[in-house]
Amino acid sequence: MTNSEMQPTNGAAAATLLSVGLGGLVLGALALAGDAIPAVAKALNIWNPTGPLSGVTLAAIVVWLAAWLVLSRLWSTRTLDMRLIGGVSAAMIVAGLLLTFPPFMDLLQGK
Amino acid sequence: MEITFRDAVTVIHGIGFGALLLLAFSGAAAALYALSTSSTPWRPSGSDLILLRAYFWGMALLAWLAVLIGAYVVYPWYRAHPPAGAVDLSGFPKALLMSTPATSQWHDIGMEWKEHLAWFSPISLTAVAWLMGRYATALKDMKSVRNVLVGLLALGFFATAVPGFFGAMLNKYAPVRGGANIVLMRGEAHDK
Repeated sequence: MTNSEMQPTNGAAAATLLSVGLGGLVLGALALAGDAIPAVAKALNIWNPTGPLSGVTLAAIVVWLAAWLVLSRLWSTRTLDMRLIGGVSAAMIVAGLLLTFPPFMDLLQGK
Repeated sequence: MEITFRDAVTVIHGIGFGALLLLAFSGAAAALYALSTSSTPWRPSGSDLILLRAYFWGMALLAWLAVLIGAYVVYPWYRAHPPAGAVDLSGFPKALLMSTPATSQWHDIGMEWKEHLAWFSPISLTAVAWLMGRYATALKDMKSVRNVLVGLLALGFFATAVPGFFGAMLNKYAPVRGGANIVLMRGEAHDK
């Protein structure tokens, strides 16, 4: 058996990375939505002392873990194109980071 | 030498967990280098692997403790609304910062960014810990997975360092303070 045959497939790493990207994007999108739309902020306010941040982060964590679980089941034994998945994940992470940055949030809202 | 209860919790959040996590990134980077790109890669033994995995899971745990205590214990104290007409805002850090243009951006940019950005840290570091458990011994030959780990570790560092910086600055201008006094040491007043 060669070294390459003994290596694990990269599918689990791809699932892990893409799920982080999805979770990060949801975090950023909900942070913006909560900042821009009072009704969304109210809906995200699931624990009043912490405010809308409680709903934003809970939703992001649920999406991240659910995506990780589903993608891992689908991809854990497969070898995938990591350039494509890495590029998509990086774009989602950067978008998520930008959407949490207050000056960028204000720019999108025309403030 | 006294400290209030809220100060003590904030210290545990920022220094006990946050700063300790920042220090741990250097060890993580060194381990990643030793396992993958050095000319003579480290081949960890069984007990080495257990310690290595514990180290990375320990980093993820520190990140979770920092954000959970930050969001659910310290942040409610920070954002508490002062009673109408209150003049002394020292017990209401957010209101204190926003009461003057010289400090309002510490909240508007610093806290508003920190409260969301910090969550990227436990998410990315949990992923890193899990990936180290699965791929630690294969990293030398799996460049794509190595790149994923480097990227997630860099994201975790960014999402720890920036909130850490803003947390320190926010606490300089508007400390989260209050609750019972905790006496750490008794002393005497003196001139020199």
